[in-house]
Amino acid sequence: MLDRKIIPTIEEAVHFDLQLKNCDRFALDNKVPVYAMNAGAQDVVMVEWIFDAGNWYDKQPMVAATTNFLIKNGTTSKTAYQINDFFEFHGAYLNRSCYNETASITLHCLSKHLETLLPVVREIIETSIFPEEELAIYIQNQKQRLSVNLQKCDFIANRLIDEYLFGINHPYGTYSDAKDYDALNTDLLKAFYKQYYLNGSCKIFVAGKMPTGYESMLNKAFGTLPLHADTPVVVEHPIVTAAQKKVEIINDENGVQGAIRMARPFPNRHHPDFQKAHVLNTLFGGFFGSRLMSNIREDKGYTYGIHSYFQNHVHASAWMISTEAGRDVCAATIAEVLKEMELLRNELVDMEELNLVRNYMIGSLLGDLDGPFQLIGRWKNYVLNGLDENYFYKSIETIKSVTPQELQRLANTYLQPDDFYELVVI
Amino acid sequence: MYVLLQSILSIMIQFDRFVLDNGLRVLVHEDPSTPMAVVNVMYDVGARDEDPAQTGFAHLFEHLMFGGSVNIKDYDEPLQRAGGENNAYTTNDLTNYYCQLPAQNIETAFWLESDRMLSLAFSEKSLATQRKVVCEEFKEHYINKPYGDVWHKMRTLAYTVHPYRWMTIGKELSHVENAKIDDVKNFFFKHYRPVNAILVVAGNVKLEQVKRLAAKWFGPIDMGTKYERQLPIEPVQTEARKLEVQANVPLDAFVKTWHMDARLSPGYYAADLLTEILGGGAASRLYQILVKEKQYFSSIDCYHFGSLDAGLVAVDGKLVKGVSMENAVKAVDEEIEKLKATKIEAKELQKVINRTESVIAFEDMSVMSRASSIALYELLGDADMMNTEFQKYQAIGIDDIHAYANSIFDNNNSNTLLYHAQ
Repeated sequence: MLDRKIIPTIEEAVHFDLQLKNCDRFALDNKVPVYAMNAGAQDVVMVEWIFDAGNWYDKQPMVAATTNFLIKNGTTSKTAYQINDFFEFHGAYLNRSCYNETASITLHCLSKHLETLLPVVREIIETSIFPEEELAIYIQNQKQRLSVNLQKCDFIANRLIDEYLFGINHPYGTYSDAKDYDALNTDLLKAFYKQYYLNGSCKIFVAGKMPTGYESMLNKAFGTLPLHADTPVVVEHPIVTAAQKKVEIINDENGVQGAIRMARPFPNRHHPDFQKAHVLNTLFGGFFGSRLMSNIREDKGYTYGIHSYFQNHVHASAWMISTEAGRDVCAATIAEVLKEMELLRNELVDMEELNLVRNYMIGSLLGDLDGPFQLIGRWKNYVLNGLDENYFYKSIETIKSVTPQELQRLANTYLQPDDFYELVVI
Repeated sequence: MYVLLQSILSIMIQFDRFVLDNGLRVLVHEDPSTPMAVVNVMYDVGARDEDPAQTGFAHLFEHLMFGGSVNIKDYDEPLQRAGGENNAYTTNDLTNYYCQLPAQNIETAFWLESDRMLSLAFSEKSLATQRKVVCEEFKEHYINKPYGDVWHKMRTLAYTVHPYRWMTIGKELSHVENAKIDDVKNFFFKHYRPVNAILVVAGNVKLEQVKRLAAKWFGPIDMGTKYERQLPIEPVQTEARKLEVQANVPLDAFVKTWHMDARLSPGYYAADLLTEILGGGAASRLYQILVKEKQYFSSIDCYHFGSLDAGLVAVDGKLVKGVSMENAVKAVDEEIEKLKATKIEAKELQKVINRTESVIAFEDMSVMSRASSIALYELLGDADMMNTEFQKYQAIGIDDIHAYANSIFDNNNSNTLLYHAQ
């Protein structure tokens, strides 16, 4: 007779021997480095061009983001429509994203079309023209989108908490305003493009089932451009944190929920506490079985979800707790979060819970290593943050070995209510 | 140039299928290239199967499925201990549960999934909490968000009798708030039985191993009674419907829908391609003409939900401030009329076929997505259909697109929601 109360034997994930598959590296003729993960069963590829062209290099708000957005909206020989139609005809996706330090252009396509598509990506990097009309449409639509977003409590909360942590003039703390869009012009974009894209510092990441000879395809298309591998001139941005720690804002009188953000500054990945704190964070609010979720969602039902995480910045990070809770239970939610912090400061985590978190983290890491796109994503993260595979092995070692005493020390160092900003936006 | 791009998907998704004595259909997709295994359980129940006085139940149920089963206090904890992760979703048509874990520990997933198919714990505490959680989800996504009630209003307008007239989250908060434990039990034993479920196991697994584990863990569960779906059929719409609302939003918005064919009809594939022609990407017709050229809309999309019963094609956009609703509506109608009057060119058809090929290839990359596709096609009648899906798109010609556009884009078949900023 089957006894369903007995748990089947499991092989604990902490005993797995995880290996990070190496990526191939080579350089184009202009020294631009290429990182490649040539693997996978499906005939699809991803190519990502990463430029040091994030808003870190902005001299005026929104220039980096707008340049990135409009880079594919017209070249000397093609209109925005012709460019879009070309990629769409081949079932390809050409996206672009602007981050704090970097900005990227990303191509996803079937392997068989790569050779046809690369020259047009080159054309975009080499001869983008930023038409007035395209900028005008973009400004109009962005301002409209902003007006909708400004009605959302979570959107407002995300902007303000970053401002408190870093200051409105810091790239991590800044946010868009309608007047910033009005101040844009195509000369600003062209100058930014020329410096940070056409003559910019670039890295290329590729993954998927690469077609034969893809190395020379890349070299032919991009190896003769004035791109380079040098890092740009160092720019420093002073962090200016807000003085007031607790803020409550009514954005919508009729709002039925409040967006809660609690956050404190935290060092970047190179700090010796970073990986250990990652374990503590997972236990605290980093997965479905975390203490915050178990207490505030699964026991109290105050929210659909509550999470804690580290912000993904290169220079400095922040430890953030984020949720949308019922308007009448916002104060109770914050009280419970503080209670969970206190527990972590005052009591040792028991080994059973710690083991669960360890197994969950290793298992989920194993899942994250599955597939070429995931693997190149991990490598990209290491390369852009000045890390290497040692970081991966060190992080596994930390997950397996960090002690309850060490976690308690971290909680006492970092989970101090006085260090946290507390924001509620209704 | 485009005629050279004739393409055939090279990779077929292989699987084996067997049925347990209790009617549970089991499909196995072996992929030794991954260290992981996926266990996917799809139940043939969605919001369309709800009592109109108890809407939101299928989705509430999805939450309750994590509140402990008859022999296992907590679903998540043992799975996480085994290095696994899971989630679930409910649509108007079905409910799907999936977990991924290191292949070595696959039996943990069988143990967990079979126990909650055997019976839930039906805990009052779990019901009380999840009622609140779902209410917060309702608020977060549909009340406390500008335009959050658009589809609530559109479904009510477009459907008069078919249960697609409510959303999966439910018609109103009170239906979920008033859910009782007896309702939960009845719902469970009506729908969550082996005979109404499909189990897909994929990844680094072997057929023989899955046969053994399925028989061991799912074999002893009572078959249950096959749920025979008898939903009211939505009558053919014979007159255009229109609803105007005023709301506290910054921009006017416009949504128009037309009834389209059910998932297995040939018309479905034509409708899917039509939405691509109109709204698939920045070079699609509506975006190019209405956002870029005329600048009447700041954003516009055309889509459908892939509904299994007859669904809706939707055009959905936000107007540029200062543009009159009348002109915006007229401009959309003009684009629709163009599709009806003039056949598309071969190159445009080839483009949307190529895009479809690409979407399928990218979807098939993850073993999790392959597992849920196998389950969906099996639910539709035969998992083998997933390997012939692309051919069905390739079989659609210019004339089919033209005929289908003329058949659905009839004003009498349309529903218009004009959402005015106050």
